[in-house]
Amino acid sequence: MRHTISVLVENKFGVLARVAGLFSARGYNIASLAVSETLDPTVSYMTIVVDAKDEKILEQIKKQLNKLIDVIIITDFTKKEHLDRELIIVKVGCSQKDKHRLEAILNKYVGKIVRCKNDICIVEAVGDQHQIKELLEALGGFGIKELVRTGRVAMAY
Amino acid sequence: MVTLNVTDTRNGHRNRNRKTIKMTGAQILLECLKREGVEVMFGYPGGQVLPIFDKLYDAELKFILTRHEQGAAHAADGYARATGKVGVCLATSGPGATNLTTGIANAYMDSIPIVAITGQVKTFLIGNDAFQEADVTGITRPITKHNYLVKDVKDLARIVREAFYIASTGRPGPVVIDIPSDVQLEDTEFIWPETVDIRSYKPTYYGHPGQIKKAAKLIAQAKKPILYIGGGIITSGAHLVLRDLAERIQAPVTWTLMGIGGFPATHKLSLGMLGMHGTGYANHAIMDADVIIAIGARFDDRVTGRIDTFAPGAKVIHIDIDPSSISKNIRVDVPIVGDAKNIIGELLEQLKKSPDTAEWLKAVEGLKKKYPLKYKDNGKIKPQYVVEQIYEVTGGDAIITTEVGQNQMWAAQWYKYDHPRTFISSGGLGTMGFGFPAAIGAKMGCPDKTVIDIAGDGSIQMNIQELATCVSNKIKVKVAILNNGYLGMVRQWQELFYKRRYSQVCISSPDFVKLADSYGAVGIRVNKKEEVRPAIQKALSIDNTVFIDFHVEPEENVYPMVPAGEAINKIIEGLA
Repeated sequence: MRHTISVLVENKFGVLARVAGLFSARGYNIASLAVSETLDPTVSYMTIVVDAKDEKILEQIKKQLNKLIDVIIITDFTKKEHLDRELIIVKVGCSQKDKHRLEAILNKYVGKIVRCKNDICIVEAVGDQHQIKELLEALGGFGIKELVRTGRVAMAY
Repeated sequence: MVTLNVTDTRNGHRNRNRKTIKMTGAQILLECLKREGVEVMFGYPGGQVLPIFDKLYDAELKFILTRHEQGAAHAADGYARATGKVGVCLATSGPGATNLTTGIANAYMDSIPIVAITGQVKTFLIGNDAFQEADVTGITRPITKHNYLVKDVKDLARIVREAFYIASTGRPGPVVIDIPSDVQLEDTEFIWPETVDIRSYKPTYYGHPGQIKKAAKLIAQAKKPILYIGGGIITSGAHLVLRDLAERIQAPVTWTLMGIGGFPATHKLSLGMLGMHGTGYANHAIMDADVIIAIGARFDDRVTGRIDTFAPGAKVIHIDIDPSSISKNIRVDVPIVGDAKNIIGELLEQLKKSPDTAEWLKAVEGLKKKYPLKYKDNGKIKPQYVVEQIYEVTGGDAIITTEVGQNQMWAAQWYKYDHPRTFISSGGLGTMGFGFPAAIGAKMGCPDKTVIDIAGDGSIQMNIQELATCVSNKIKVKVAILNNGYLGMVRQWQELFYKRRYSQVCISSPDFVKLADSYGAVGIRVNKKEEVRPAIQKALSIDNTVFIDFHVEPEENVYPMVPAGEAINKIIEGLA
């Protein structure tokens, strides 16, 4: 099962390697990882989506992360009411006459066409995991040429 | 730049209108080590630590030049285990640092506080594949509690202070400080940080009162309680309160390899070591127990055997300073995070009544009679006999270090350790070649103690170069080699589980007597059983480093033995 946790860390060189190294050394899987500075430049947020087959493994992941000296606070969103979002950028095949249909799909989600050229459109969209999945299925009809995702970020209510 | 000696710096620092005192990185490092109370450092020079070695030339700090950096790391580790203080080692960049890594990993697995200082290539060369460059913080990340690359000399004093603090607090462990050579030369104002405050590192020392109450209740109701202790007892200095607890609740005590010395082996409640080569009675007792009080131990696979068969009827109280040790391997009923000594103290206060364990102790006595520790005497030199004799001749008043393999298990089984920090062995990592340099460290920390490395003929050859370190520094340790011509433990597994197909385990050795002699030490060879005791007595009386080469029964096995992956009461006795 996938769990979203966010890790507040010291914003120092090598911290990402410590966190990533911990996952690989102990055989845990990272499904996605988003890292960036916060308002306080001395700390960073890492939002990590982990694959953990049971509660015990998730517990170990959190405990092991907590052991890292540079980790300040861990928030596990599994049992918390929270908002999570991911940004995707997709290159799809789309001729001039299909553009309205593409726009209609994107309007159903928080998405828009960024630019089109030679029957190829780049679109961007933001949503939770469910919305992103649905949107990608809908875009599948156009032929997805390329896809990049930021990975999930989350915030507790 | 103002160069001042140490006393001046201190006065200057204490002075309210202090002068600005500039020091180089190398001077700051040595000043910090002094203020941390470091008395001895083990290491090896090289190109990227020249500025430090130049300042060491004038320093009061005792420096032990080993013959290999691995020896320096193990010596620092042995020093830490024998004294409870932080051990310090120093090596150059690249190969110097990579040679330390086995020793660092060893300290990490056994939670031993060491600070390893490495030189690094100049900051502007980092990442350029410069001569003798290695990414030391990268390499040591998974085998240290924390590590630092010092990029600015202004951070150095704070980093050294933090390194010692992190290494020695909470669950201890090794910390690496990687210092580029230009940082060692740069100068800055020396400011000693009086306190350490790391916002993301606050170890828990006091157990949750509610949990302690729960544990006390569970213990009071127990009919068949057992104490299962590990290295945490020794780290925390909890051996005396542990003894109070055991006597108060009248529970038998068993221990892990790391827990040896945490409870007196000669005490009537003692069960000895448990697990793969533990005593039959300890293994049977823990399987029969109804409450296991685990303190500073981690339910390692060598202890539990097949995990789903381990102590099926028992409720488990687990006391450990590291939350990640709890519920990692087995399900725990009452977890308590904190320092062993504090929590046992609290527990003693909370225990309103003690359980009635008379029946249980009687049953345990029965197990002791039914499954005694034994070996067959056939007139030849049995390795177990050698260890027994070492115990008798020293009166149990020595520090014993071990290598890894059969020698280690016999040293654990046949010598009775009554005091903490008297058994020094590579537990988690199982590092051959550990015992000899660790003995050097232990002897430096406890010069008045007899220090004996119980070794095998295979292991001793892994760091035998440290003979030169012993002789040139007059470190008079004794090495008892249980020489059987084999890599004995691997041979034992090949005998038992690989149809006696002895693949690469028959090992030749030099003439250890001549070898010792050529280094300026003393060698004694022992071929007959009746020579064992006089040889040990002689070795202890000689004012030098001594190798005793005991030619023991070649194919003797370590028993009892629980095959890997079996339940721990499925014991091979081996002496039918």
